[in-house]
Amino acid sequence: MTINWFKYASPASFYFLAGRMVPYFATLAIIFLVVGLYIGFFVAPTDFQQGEAYRIIFIHVPAAWMSMFLYVIMAFWAGVGLAFNTRLSSMVASAIAPTGAMFAFLALWTGAWWGKPMWGTWWVWDARLTSELILFFLYIGFMSLQAAIDDPKRADKAGAVIALVGVVNVPIIYFSVQWWNTLHQGASVSLVQSPKMATAMLSGMLIMTLAAWMYSIVMILTRTRLIILERERHTAWVSELKEGVLE
Amino acid sequence: MKPRHKKMAVIALSVSALAVSVVLVLNAFQSNLVFFFSPSQVAAKEAPIGKSFRVGGLVEEGSLKRVGDGTTMKFAITDTAEVIKVVYTGILPDLFKEGKGVVAQGKIADDGVFYADEVLAKHDENYMPPEAAAALEQAAKAQKTSFTQ
Repeated sequence: MTINWFKYASPASFYFLAGRMVPYFATLAIIFLVVGLYIGFFVAPTDFQQGEAYRIIFIHVPAAWMSMFLYVIMAFWAGVGLAFNTRLSSMVASAIAPTGAMFAFLALWTGAWWGKPMWGTWWVWDARLTSELILFFLYIGFMSLQAAIDDPKRADKAGAVIALVGVVNVPIIYFSVQWWNTLHQGASVSLVQSPKMATAMLSGMLIMTLAAWMYSIVMILTRTRLIILERERHTAWVSELKEGVLE
Repeated sequence: MKPRHKKMAVIALSVSALAVSVVLVLNAFQSNLVFFFSPSQVAAKEAPIGKSFRVGGLVEEGSLKRVGDGTTMKFAITDTAEVIKVVYTGILPDLFKEGKGVVAQGKIADDGVFYADEVLAKHDENYMPPEAAAALEQAAKAQKTSFTQ
């Protein structure tokens, strides 16, 4: 049996598919969040140099990872929308931006809160912090540009250009701590090295990352559904939905 | 080539052209992107002597001294090759310790001493419980003694 993927590229069928998927991902998000926070606060040991303050990593690291990852996904779908004129791809890209911006802000904010007691400063203009701030501005720029253009098709195209241009910033954020001297420490977890963290700390962080993933999926699917309704409001199926004919 | 493939190629080309130009720009600004200089770089006169800049390294073991008023500290920053003496008045961050990472901002005076007006702690990427850290330290000590024997 082959699945007809193009069927789900139509906003109408995606609307219903996404609606059916949301509850499952929401359940997973809550489970991972509860387990992750429990490990983070009660199971993971105190750190030998930072004491309890290191526990910020259970929010900070997943948020920073998601902010970078979501940007790449957003740029990918915006690019697909630009190349193939597929409406749904552009809608998904627009739906990703606010969640990505939220995670970028969260990473910056928790980092500042932690930086004051640990480093002795809220903020420094080192390569890691500055490039993450640029990522936040890219999200904001993408959203404001799209909001400033009334015609959705032109808004999608303009947004796609910003998203694709900004994607070069993501590897800069990731590798900044290797390429330059920064105040921010190097990566504790990477694909090529064994992690430099105790197992309980690492598992808490990874479960919190899964929670952030599930939360992002829920938010993006829900927001995509709203964008679909808004843009397809003149179509027959949305009117039928409004009158309660479709379920 | 179908038009949409052409479009895709144009997008791919522009993104890679942009990536290349960013790499070139970053390379050109290499020295400006460095957050701090190491004591060796300062010794080699690579740091902007005369202007305010940052020095980073480890606080040398046994170098931390409090002088007079109790809020002025003297310590040395080392990268195991070169050493810079630092004088600082103010509050040190929690993670400031001998043998740990530090970044100090200030100026080098004519006497070769670095007068810092800001001291930040830089810690490493290792996270572990205190017992594990103590065990590691023990192991390192044991290894050291076995080397000298």
